[in-house]
Amino acid sequence: MALLEVEDLEVRLRTARGMAAAVRGASFALERGESLGLVGESGSGKSMTALALLGLLPEGAELSGSIRFEGRELVGLAESELCKLRGDRIGIVFQEPMTALNPLHAVGRQVAEPLRLHRGLSNSAAREAAIALLDRVGLPDAARRSHAYPHQLSGGQRQRVVIAMALACGPDLLIADEPTTALDVTLQRQILDRLAELSEESGMALLLISHDLGVIAENTRRMLVMYGGSIVESGPTAAVLKRLAHPYSQGLLGARPRLGAGRGNRLATIPGSAPELAEIPAGCPFVERCRLAIDACRAAPPPPEAVGPGHVARCIRLDAAGARP
Amino acid sequence: MSDLALSFRRRALGHASFAVGGALTLLLLLSAALSLAWTPWPVYELDIPHKLQLPSAAHWFGTDSLGRDVLSELLAGARTSILVGVIAVGIGVVLGTALGLIAAARRGWLEELVMRFSDFAFAFPAILSAIMLSALLGPGIVNSIVAIGIFNVPVFARLTRAQAKAVWAREFVLAARAAGKGGFRITLEHVLPNILSVIVVQATIQFATAILAEAALSYLGLGTQPPQPSWGRMLNEAQLQLLQAPRLAIFPGLAIALSVLGLNLLGDGLRDLLDPRLARKR
Amino acid sequence: MGFFLAKRVATFAATLVAASVLIFLVLEILPGNPAQVILGPDAPASAVEALARKLGVDRPPVERYLDWIGGLLRGDLGTSYAYGTPVGEIVAERLAVSLPLAILAMALTAALALSAGIFAAAKHNTGGDIGVMALSQLGIAIPSFWLAILLILFFAVELRWVSAGGFPGWSAGFWPALKALILPAVALAAVQAAILARITRSAVLEVSREDFVRTARAKGLSRGETLRRHVLRNAMIPIVTIMGLQFANLVAGAIVVENVFYLPGLGRLMFQSIANRDIAVIRDVVMLLAGMVVLVNFAVDLLYAAIDPRLRAQDV
Repeated sequence: MALLEVEDLEVRLRTARGMAAAVRGASFALERGESLGLVGESGSGKSMTALALLGLLPEGAELSGSIRFEGRELVGLAESELCKLRGDRIGIVFQEPMTALNPLHAVGRQVAEPLRLHRGLSNSAAREAAIALLDRVGLPDAARRSHAYPHQLSGGQRQRVVIAMALACGPDLLIADEPTTALDVTLQRQILDRLAELSEESGMALLLISHDLGVIAENTRRMLVMYGGSIVESGPTAAVLKRLAHPYSQGLLGARPRLGAGRGNRLATIPGSAPELAEIPAGCPFVERCRLAIDACRAAPPPPEAVGPGHVARCIRLDAAGARP
Repeated sequence: MSDLALSFRRRALGHASFAVGGALTLLLLLSAALSLAWTPWPVYELDIPHKLQLPSAAHWFGTDSLGRDVLSELLAGARTSILVGVIAVGIGVVLGTALGLIAAARRGWLEELVMRFSDFAFAFPAILSAIMLSALLGPGIVNSIVAIGIFNVPVFARLTRAQAKAVWAREFVLAARAAGKGGFRITLEHVLPNILSVIVVQATIQFATAILAEAALSYLGLGTQPPQPSWGRMLNEAQLQLLQAPRLAIFPGLAIALSVLGLNLLGDGLRDLLDPRLARKR
Repeated sequence: MGFFLAKRVATFAATLVAASVLIFLVLEILPGNPAQVILGPDAPASAVEALARKLGVDRPPVERYLDWIGGLLRGDLGTSYAYGTPVGEIVAERLAVSLPLAILAMALTAALALSAGIFAAAKHNTGGDIGVMALSQLGIAIPSFWLAILLILFFAVELRWVSAGGFPGWSAGFWPALKALILPAVALAAVQAAILARITRSAVLEVSREDFVRTARAKGLSRGETLRRHVLRNAMIPIVTIMGLQFANLVAGAIVVENVFYLPGLGRLMFQSIANRDIAVIRDVVMLLAGMVVLVNFAVDLLYAAIDPRLRAQDV
């Protein structure tokens, strides 16, 4: 049994023009100890997927489909039961370390909080455990810094605190939603490496969400590409990156800035911009921006097509895209 | 997108506040206007034989301890409330806005001075100061107008400065400065028109506060003097007859509360309708 | 912390000095020679002059200001022109009414406003929220002295639970004295509570939208626990600010409400002293009220530092 099985996940949000789907029929699974990357632009529905897994969707959002964690259905589960899972079996690291911490509490106390809550540790025991955790995530001088307040730490240090907090109870699944986007490149690598090591050490599964293909390439074994609320491509990371099949994935790679590219090489971009939720077309979500679009693309959502072993793309123009050998 | 939904909801609530507030404010204005042309009975006429009468066809709201018609007094009292409100808030708007605009345009020590003064006046309870001033200058409607007006000045000075500073930081002001326009012209052509709606909203709410302050001063005997009608003084007189005629204490209070409620709702509604992005601070 | 405290204390002292100068100057322009007022309009000029000399009102203003401040610092508040007794004694007697009244009203305000505001925020956009907000809109519109009259009508005249006014004195026992203060405190607190409830609601809502609240929920804290442990303390910063300003309004509102209930408090004393042109008393009472307001705001500043570590020294 997979650790996490998501089937036909659908998230609908309240917008100015009524309800609109932010996630449309996403299905994927994650094994124990596995690392899965989820890549897409902002607004592609990847963060909403993460929030749905935790049952923390914004007020008024509607959720349907199925999320099974260790075989247990989370959709429709009582709030009190979800509270027991959150921070204990499922941890999450959010994007913005500057605002993710309570400015009025010392960081040690914030890291200790899940331990007191889920493990019933005493204050002193939780504090000691928090210092050990801060040390593990690579915060130098953890014992002294545990008394510091968030404003006294740098962005990188704060993100380490947030990670320590998410890891406190030794979760089975860690969701990292753009964990390093707000940090500079050197720090990015350090923190991601530490995350990967930690998940290997403890057999924790990792769902890494990023808009950056490079981050996904280096840190995950399998990956999903999301666009307009749908998963348009999925497969083993190495295989997918070797032969990006979906025209959107191909565009995503072209849009990456590369070091050492000649001065004359302009950054390729995907024409147009990501659609508003309410305006996502009925057929292939990417049809309006796709250079290969034909009338049939608008008719119905494309079915999954195998590209290689375990490598699937939802596109009816795979041949034109040069995805088949 | 959920922000849009929020602003829509806010606008709808704004419409409701605006409608209710507008209706109550209109009632206040119409009462005052009507009292200029007609009241059921002469406002100043005493009729001791018919004192403390219960509401009847002749006297809809009854008569007070001196036999005056309560409805007529209420209608005429609206006049006093509006008079005090308009002039006192007018003083605050004119002086306060001018100070705020100057502070935002000139900056430096002048801005610092205006703000220190405003902070100081703000921390000092306005009613306490109004009571003191009215007491010093002597009781009367003119002095209470002055007292209430003075304490409206820092309210508008602070608001105007903050708003004007935001406008000064915008691109079109930068462009005007680059085109060589002076501070005075920029203030008149760009800054003032952009902050006008905020000032109008605040003026509506201060109007309500001024009505409350006038009522309090008149209740204490420091405001409007007899025989000029005033809701606050009607309450003062009613308190002496509290046992015999409790209804006399009901009507003037209701008049004050409805007027203040109406103006506050109107102000809130206006704020939401004029600028949905403006955060509600209350 | 040391620097923060020193700066606050300096501001506190400077504000007090500025207030004292302002109060002194304003009272200087008070029309009417106190000696003339005391002796009446028909008194002979020589007698008025002699009394003026005795009262010291003929000396230069700077000298009298320094005298006054010096006296205040020594605890000597001067002598009342009207009563002929030391102002200190009169004020102390009145303070025994006004201070408990202010504290009671502030406590009521906080209790009412915080519970109503937090409730409304928790029930955001539901009937409960709209109901609380409508009620608070009504509370803001009702003049405190009218509410006082209504309370008297209902609880004293109709139900006869309390007396319609007056104060038996603390010597009559704790409960009878407190009972006389309950209605005035309610009348004072209602308006302030209505305002503070709105502030509380919007502060709680604003903090609830912060990222760290989501973090707290992701740790497994329930909505209620998140509110108690993470939202409230952050929301306290704007709430405490407004409470500081409201204390000033309570003090001022007390002048009016004490008059409705015939309470022998500072407000009534000041009111009577203004009628009597009793400058020594007015000056001291206003200074005392201003001092209380400034002191409360000083305390609020210190409270900020206790709540928010960002305002303390940055030395970890």
